[in-house]
Amino acid sequence: MLTIEKVLVIDSVKEMIMESTVVLDKTVVDKLLFAYDSEKSVLAKSVLEKIIQNQEIARTENIPLCQDTGLVVCFVEVGRNLHFDYDLSEAINEGVRRGYIEGYLRKSVVAHPLKRVNTKDNTPAVIHYDFIPGNELKIHLAPKGGGSENMSALKMLSPADGREGIIDFVLKTIKDAGGRPCPPLIVGVGIGGNFEHVAYLAKKAIFRQIDDASSVMEDRLLEEELLDKINKLDVGPMGLRGATTALAVKVESAPCHIASLPVAINLQCHSARKKEVTLYGKKA
Amino acid sequence: MERKLNTPISADVIKSLKVGEEVLISGIIYTARDAAHANMVKSISNNSAPPFDFVGQIIYYVGPTPAKPGRAIGSCGPTSSYRMDKFSPFLMEKGLKVMIGKGERSDELIKEIKKQKAVYLIAIGGIGALLSKTVQSSEVIAYPKLDAEAIRKLTVVDFPAIVAIDSEGNSIF
Repeated sequence: MLTIEKVLVIDSVKEMIMESTVVLDKTVVDKLLFAYDSEKSVLAKSVLEKIIQNQEIARTENIPLCQDTGLVVCFVEVGRNLHFDYDLSEAINEGVRRGYIEGYLRKSVVAHPLKRVNTKDNTPAVIHYDFIPGNELKIHLAPKGGGSENMSALKMLSPADGREGIIDFVLKTIKDAGGRPCPPLIVGVGIGGNFEHVAYLAKKAIFRQIDDASSVMEDRLLEEELLDKINKLDVGPMGLRGATTALAVKVESAPCHIASLPVAINLQCHSARKKEVTLYGKKA
Repeated sequence: MERKLNTPISADVIKSLKVGEEVLISGIIYTARDAAHANMVKSISNNSAPPFDFVGQIIYYVGPTPAKPGRAIGSCGPTSSYRMDKFSPFLMEKGLKVMIGKGERSDELIKEIKKQKAVYLIAIGGIGALLSKTVQSSEVIAYPKLDAEAIRKLTVVDFPAIVAIDSEGNSIF
């Protein structure tokens, strides 16, 4: 019987939270540097410069990149050979609790959407599970900010709307959002599935590496066309106009009903914080 | 070159601020976001005294991370302003003159800014670490139970912002 110690899960989650909220991944910084070099607008350049300076200060002085240290979202892949004699979600939430308290991070979760009483430890996280072959437990984690999440959107298109309908909806969503979701953005687009699955796909899309491309040709072409068109919208960094509205577009697709063309857009701000860890099962 | 401003910002200076201008603010600013706005408007509407005298003052929309030992404040960048659109006209009628946040505001709010000869500034979202370096002191002065959403009195030096809606109602967006 293979298992992973509970304390290892707790500590890994805690460390991912404390690290990701302070250190922006180098692949994201590289995209920002590239955008700074190519941006022509003076104001847009000044905004990008401050965003780049900010991540340097955050990293070297151990200050959170952004005051919105998010609601934690996890995609967990569980190896089929693993057995847990404890509640895995509870262990992840214990890691969240410790990370937010020990890391001096903002607690931004309320227990009920209408009563709005803060849970004071940023739990619970939103956790998605999937099974994979083997002996590993993979946890992909993102402290997701509220500003960009609020500007996300979902629409059930008709199959006749097709590719053009998808592009129009994505462009309208980003244009209307303007500076509110803190561009430059990473745009996650889900297409297909059904009502709830398409939102899951859009979220999954923003967990991809910023510099990768879809392995599905149709989706890859859509990513390229959308990135080009989004950056021609002239929204710009923080909505102050310019050529840098999105750093990347990620499309995830799934089979769907003959009557449907679901589309979801999940926006990720420039403070694109995420981490992943792989833990290996050991004999209990 | 950024223009230096000291708080409180006088009516004449507010009038002279033009959309797109980059400014550096020094002095006292007050923090309030969603819950503090709702509470303030409710208590003033019930004829209770406001939690602080905001006439002619600056309200900054922020909910900072907790301050680490030895630091004045944690990460403290702006939150989205549109969520305060419901409350700001009421506060401007009562004398609020300067708001700092991020992002677009409603057309009604722009009209009200023009009417009240107020000004809306934006700080850059997601640069809370950099902005924290401009904060010299921070003191919770109202609604301590709201934690991050409590009202704080901040002393800042050279806090960077951009004029987004000027007193003539011109908008940067």
